[in-house]
Amino acid sequence: MSILVNRSTRVLVQGITGREGAFHARTCKEYGTQVVGGVTPGKGGTVHEGTPVFNSVREAAEKTGANATVIFVPPPFAADAIIEAADAGVQLIICITEGVPTLDMVRAQDFLRTTGSRLIGPNCPGIITPGECKIGIMPGHIHKPGNVGIVSRSGTLTYEAVHQLTQLGIGQSTAIGIGGDPIIGTTHRDAVELFNADPQTEAIVMIGEIGGSGEEEAAAYIRDHVRKPVVGFIAGQTAPQGRRMGHAGAIISGGKGTAEEKMTAMRAAGIEVCVSPADMGTTVARMLQVTTR
Amino acid sequence: MKIHEYQAKELLQPFGVTVPRGHVADTVAEAEAIARQLDSAVVVKAQIHAGGRGKGGGVKLAKTPAEAAAAAEQILGMTLVTHQTGPEGRLVRRVLVEEVSSIARELYLGIVVDRGAGKPVFMASTAGGMEIEEVAAKDPGAILKEAFDPDRGLQPFQARRLAFGMGLPPAALNGAVASMVALARAFVALDASLAEINPFILTADNKVMALDAKITLDDNALYRHPHLRELRDTFEEAELEVEASAFGLNYIKLEGSVACMVNGAGLAMATMDIIKYAGGSPANFLDVGGGASSEQVRRAFEILLKDPSVKAVLINIFGGILRCDTLATGVVEAARAVKLNLPLVIRMEGTNVDKGREILRDSGLKITVANSMSDAAEKVVAAARG
Repeated sequence: MSILVNRSTRVLVQGITGREGAFHARTCKEYGTQVVGGVTPGKGGTVHEGTPVFNSVREAAEKTGANATVIFVPPPFAADAIIEAADAGVQLIICITEGVPTLDMVRAQDFLRTTGSRLIGPNCPGIITPGECKIGIMPGHIHKPGNVGIVSRSGTLTYEAVHQLTQLGIGQSTAIGIGGDPIIGTTHRDAVELFNADPQTEAIVMIGEIGGSGEEEAAAYIRDHVRKPVVGFIAGQTAPQGRRMGHAGAIISGGKGTAEEKMTAMRAAGIEVCVSPADMGTTVARMLQVTTR
Repeated sequence: MKIHEYQAKELLQPFGVTVPRGHVADTVAEAEAIARQLDSAVVVKAQIHAGGRGKGGGVKLAKTPAEAAAAAEQILGMTLVTHQTGPEGRLVRRVLVEEVSSIARELYLGIVVDRGAGKPVFMASTAGGMEIEEVAAKDPGAILKEAFDPDRGLQPFQARRLAFGMGLPPAALNGAVASMVALARAFVALDASLAEINPFILTADNKVMALDAKITLDDNALYRHPHLRELRDTFEEAELEVEASAFGLNYIKLEGSVACMVNGAGLAMATMDIIKYAGGSPANFLDVGGGASSEQVRRAFEILLKDPSVKAVLINIFGGILRCDTLATGVVEAARAVKLNLPLVIRMEGTNVDKGREILRDSGLKITVANSMSDAAEKVVAAARG
């Protein structure tokens, strides 16, 4: 098992004829993902590199039976793309787009609450169940099927964790990048909850960064509900106050959202927190030898 | 994007937020003329992107135009140091000259997007003039909050709840409610990420007014507000950061001696952390992004080397979209172009890594290739120590 995506997931690509959308649709297909359709308004009825293109998500979902979609449209149109997908009843919506205005996300989030759809992102690398389904921009070849669930706000730092694990011969059940923006769909807590319920996942790696309190909320959940080993890392231990560190959500404001605060909350919840990002893999290896906490 | 107080007030006024009469001045003569025209006692306020200006000597009262001129003379051109500017301070290039208001009570109004609620939240407090973070730390109950939907706006009943909560007299109610609703409307219309009026004052005759105003705009939404983009003041930003932003690079200057170039914000922060962990100190944050070209890599490299405190450079790239051979080509070109004489440590992983390493090896340049993040950090910190 795994969480959210597997070999039977049927994926649409919103923005499939754009540069980014086309490139990543190809790498996802090469990985073995079932990319069943694309959406580009005005190009419906055409075929893009073997994939049928539709004018709307609703039409695409009806004709292909898709149950997931990945969004590569430019930032001004991303919130609309999310709402369109949710309106069409697509269960899992992954928004890769970086730079979506915050108030657009407030509106999209508000609409999502009225539907049964789950959003991952925006401003995220996507989600991968190694060996089965890759939906996003991560390099597939560094992954290995296995039993460790990974959740992270950062793209390349997730690849770093995956790479360290794979090098040690430890595979991943699913790796999910939840995105670096202040308003996101799936949170650390949501992902941890899913990994906790997944029998295949034996350990969880939770990677956070400065800003917000998502890590603290996940830590509280872990303290009360999770008995699987959890390894954590927080990026930005050396980040200055009041500066946005690349990600729109990565900012310490008014002394809140510091790495120290998060690491303290995580340790108090029984999470094995690495101080150095180079120790994520070896810490998981050590924790897996002790089966219960 | 941060903007100045005078710009924030100019933006808020048309929405119905009352601000003191006044104008911005670049010179002493202009400041004096504004004071004469206002025909009242004035306050002369330094315009920089930082709080705590009063304590640093950047805000002065003047009873006459001559006093206003003297105040402007002192403030214009001064390097103002506040708890938000860092020890190097900021050069003051403009002052706001405003009519003095009679203050009966000082209140606080502010709006941010609350991540947990997923909505804008209006905050109000009777502790005006204090920093809201301080209030939040000491007495969180003293901050009243109302979440609102961006398209419906702050409802008048919510504003009344805040006004009564702050104990405003009935005679001030309508004015306060109108200002709060207006501030919320401005927040949404401008795509702000922060809007703050501190202090929001009540006068002896029960009028309300925004004595200060602070607005931060959502960078991601500036594309739909071209007129707001023009409010950017690059003099308020570090020179190298302005240069980096022109090439689409995300660079933040820090105090240390180990420069770093990384792809991805999370990995960039983690790289800074591991430099510290290895006993060094990062000179900057630099995210070249997921799809950097070799041109961008070269520009990034040049910017890093312009910082005179840099003693060694670490490049840490996890190639996904950004391929290692593209990176290596950019680095080799840049190192040759700038005649690099500082130690350079590179750690690459991911797509086309072998090709990338080959390009580095064949370049004939003195580059140390590291095989893990910790190895890279140790090597670069040792090199920076010389």
